[in-house]
Amino acid sequence: MAIAFLSEAEQQAIRAEIAHYDSPRAASIDALKIVQSHRGWVPDEAIPAIAALLEISSVDVEGVATFYSQIFRQQVGRHVIRLCDSMSCFINGHETLLAQLQEILGIDAGQTTPDGRFTLLPVCCLGHCDKGPAFMIDDDIHGVSSLFPEGDGGGPLRDGDGGAEHGVRDVKVALMRLLEEYV
Amino acid sequence: MKPAVFSQRMPSFGRVNQVPRTAETHPLTWRLRDDGQTVWLDEYRQKGGYRVAETQLAHKTPEDICRCVKEAGLKGRGGAGFLAGIKWSLTARGEGIPAAYLVCNADEMEPNTFKDRMLLEQLPHLLIEGMILAGYANQAVRGFIFLRGEYVHAARVVERAIGEAREAGLLGAHIAGTDYSFDLQLHVGAGRYICGEETALLNALEGRRANPRAKPPFPGQAGAWGRPTVVNNVETLCNVPVVLEHGPEWYQALARPESGESGTKLMGFAGAVRRPGIWEVPFGISARELFEDYAGGMRPGYRLKAWQPGGASTGFLLPEDLDLPMSSAGMARKGLRLGTALALAVDDRVSMVALLHNIESFFSRESCGWCTPCREGLAWAVKLLSALKDGRGRAEDIQQLEKLVGHLQPGMSFCGLAPGASEPLRSALALFRDEFEATLARSPPLPA
Ligand SMILES: Cc1cc2nc3c(=O)[nH]c(=O)nc-3n(C[C@H](O)[C@H](O)[C@H](O)COP(=O)(O)O)c2cc1C
Ligand code: SF4
Ligand code: FES
Repeated sequence: MAIAFLSEAEQQAIRAEIAHYDSPRAASIDALKIVQSHRGWVPDEAIPAIAALLEISSVDVEGVATFYSQIFRQQVGRHVIRLCDSMSCFINGHETLLAQLQEILGIDAGQTTPDGRFTLLPVCCLGHCDKGPAFMIDDDIHGVSSLFPEGDGGGPLRDGDGGAEHGVRDVKVALMRLLEEYV
Repeated sequence: MKPAVFSQRMPSFGRVNQVPRTAETHPLTWRLRDDGQTVWLDEYRQKGGYRVAETQLAHKTPEDICRCVKEAGLKGRGGAGFLAGIKWSLTARGEGIPAAYLVCNADEMEPNTFKDRMLLEQLPHLLIEGMILAGYANQAVRGFIFLRGEYVHAARVVERAIGEAREAGLLGAHIAGTDYSFDLQLHVGAGRYICGEETALLNALEGRRANPRAKPPFPGQAGAWGRPTVVNNVETLCNVPVVLEHGPEWYQALARPESGESGTKLMGFAGAVRRPGIWEVPFGISARELFEDYAGGMRPGYRLKAWQPGGASTGFLLPEDLDLPMSSAGMARKGLRLGTALALAVDDRVSMVALLHNIESFFSRESCGWCTPCREGLAWAVKLLSALKDGRGRAEDIQQLEKLVGHLQPGMSFCGLAPGASEPLRSALALFRDEFEATLARSPPLPA
């Protein structure tokens, strides 16, 4: 039985979500997120299992799973870093931050570190455009004011235009300090 | 229920918490705490919260409320500026028609927009009170808050606030002892900007891929699960208690006279300005007031080159346009939309070509892929902008970009994403053509 791939806890949580809606299909995104919260990602075998619980086809579930950017169909690291690459953060120096993160982690955007600790993903505006460049590590939101709490919390981090308030070295040190908290 | 304290590495606190606020001038934000923490139920009630909902539900008919909101001229704050009262009066109701659903659009993903998050995190009960009133006006049996997945803190706050309201009898059966029953559910999304488009949002809510739906039928006729569905933005719904507490005339008078607008608006400025942030200001103030008095002008060493009035899908303006009023009519003078009214300052050290490459990459990545002009056109635009940015462009590329702008106009695509993507490109090509052309000088000559 396809459903058996999911643990009791996963099945129960999905059934609880189904109960909230007019039709079981409405719980498809929640179901994928439940599996992801238990396993870190959504493995192939989970798709027919969820489909059976929701009484829809596997193709429908896969269609939803591949549409939404926060559903991972590949294994990710223990910590997911989402870096905003939208326009206000671009103006505030997102490229400096991206280059620093890539250097520290030794990976490109979209990749996972070989030790499986971090995955680095570019994402759209995180709604903290006044404090950018913004990024999330797991559920925590960060920005210039969490990198440099003692500063005035502003000023573009852009490198090479002569106006960067914080030198590129400062950014790197602050980032490394922050990443240490995510083991 | 005891109020929860959720810790956050980068708190919600912002400029909006630092300015003096009064109930008369800042009807939306006067209840905010100076420390930026959430205003939970007890404090919200101490500050007069839920009184409007209780009185209106007890003494007014749904029609009274629709009329009042219509007369007040409350416009949608989600970017399109449609009159809320008109939308509500068009919601299908009557014999044989299923009862309506109310959906709060809390998807906020337009780049440079960070106002709904503040309301959700700091004043969740104002939104809930607004939804009770909007729900009652539309005789909705159920409400959904469609929240974007990255707003983790907002999700915790709203979930908790809904629980508080339910426990206090403000949600559920017989709200505040009246005949009206209504409950709220938080639905957390899983990414993709297109979910903010109201019909795509309905598909997402139903657990489908978030492709937009054909209109008609409009959501007000057949929306979520076929029921008449009212979709409103967070800030729009938060204005509803204000309108009903003070009445249409009072509400209209909040805006600058002759602005053609009503009420206050959350407006902001980001970029290399001295004090980036949002503030509640009278609708129709000049962009210069916002830029200079609130945002403090540019940071030392930076010069303003261009600005966008309200999000990635609005066009560019020049420094001399700062005297325009921040209103639909004001922006229409330049052929632009006001959008979300959270402005972005572009300084002289930012290349317009590189910025447009960034903006169009966003729209291209977020295209749902349903229709050709958007799916193919935006990818092509990104390719051309990338070549120009890197000094590989040719003169024809600029002409091709102009052609693409034409193909992305309203009416050529299935939803508003493509026209929104064309807006900044069109205006940048018109205002900063020299910057695009200057990239050609760096390009190698064509092989003979
Ligand atoms: C591509 C696209 C994205 C949108 N994103 C949002 C959004 O994130 N939040 C929002 O309130 N409205 C968004 N809108 C506008 C909605 O379609 C709709 O007009 C709005 O939610 C209606 O609410 P209002 O009348 O209260 O403004 C978007 C529209 C388009 C075309
Ligand atoms: S315009 Fe773009 S986002 Fe809208 S339906 Fe067409 S492809 Fe999808
Ligand atoms: S543009 Fe990066 S948080 Fe908004």
